[in-house]
Amino acid sequence: MSVDISATETLDVKGENCPMPVVKTKQAIDDLAVDDVLEVVATDSGSMSDIAGWADTTNGVELLDQVEGDGVYKHYVRKTE
Amino acid sequence: MSTDTDASETEDAAATAAGSVSPEDVAALEARIDELEDELADVRTDEGDDQGKMVIIATKGTLDMAYPPLILASTAAAFGWDVTVFHTFWGLDILHEERSQNLQLSAVGNPNMPMPNALGALPGMDRLTTKMMEKRIADNDTASIQELIDTSLDMGVEFQACQMTIDLMDYDEDDFFDGVTTGVGAASALGDMVDADVQLLV
Repeated sequence: MSVDISATETLDVKGENCPMPVVKTKQAIDDLAVDDVLEVVATDSGSMSDIAGWADTTNGVELLDQVEGDGVYKHYVRKTE
Repeated sequence: MSTDTDASETEDAAATAAGSVSPEDVAALEARIDELEDELADVRTDEGDDQGKMVIIATKGTLDMAYPPLILASTAAAFGWDVTVFHTFWGLDILHEERSQNLQLSAVGNPNMPMPNALGALPGMDRLTTKMMEKRIADNDTASIQELIDTSLDMGVEFQACQMTIDLMDYDEDDFFDGVTTGVGAASALGDMVDADVQLLV
């Protein structure tokens, strides 16, 4: 669906549950440069609302897209500052 | 009809009120507006970084009650918040290097536990329920207590161990994980809490 988003890095948090997908996303974002896009691949269904809520509340990140399919939840987060 | 009368009365009242406002009153009001706008600007500057701050008081040391403060602390740190967790009484065990490896789940006093209290009170039952919960945690890929502590420390969470209860429980300051702050008490916790956006007692 969102093949047009090209991610700089991919973070695999498959199998991990709350709060680790959000926590590891934050840690991975910290290591990226401004405008880089992180793709987060999770199996935790709660990651859909957790990462959306995190991105909404946290400065310097923007949630570009979330894609669900085959039990995998993909999140695309851009570092904005 | 009566509406017309009300409207004209209101107009009269407004005219009277306007007539009674002196230039001094207007000047005073304008000065007050300027003053308030300045104050508002200051408040906005103070909130400029809009970085949240959270303080949790962790008082429980059972396996189930160790999770909420650690999950909230690590998540708030992921939000970029400034986080302090003040551990007191049994909450100290979460920060205790040795005891944190062996947090127990009680088989009694929890009506949601699928076991009558009379059975749960038998010797070894706490260990059994703890093992069952540990297995569930592992099977579900839920983060371990150790993982949450390590992650939180990495992310800059300030873990504090209440000095009065360290002494009360006969613990040693060296018993706690590296990075845990000791020598703190209620006053420093309150000092942190008054500045925090979120304060929780767990």
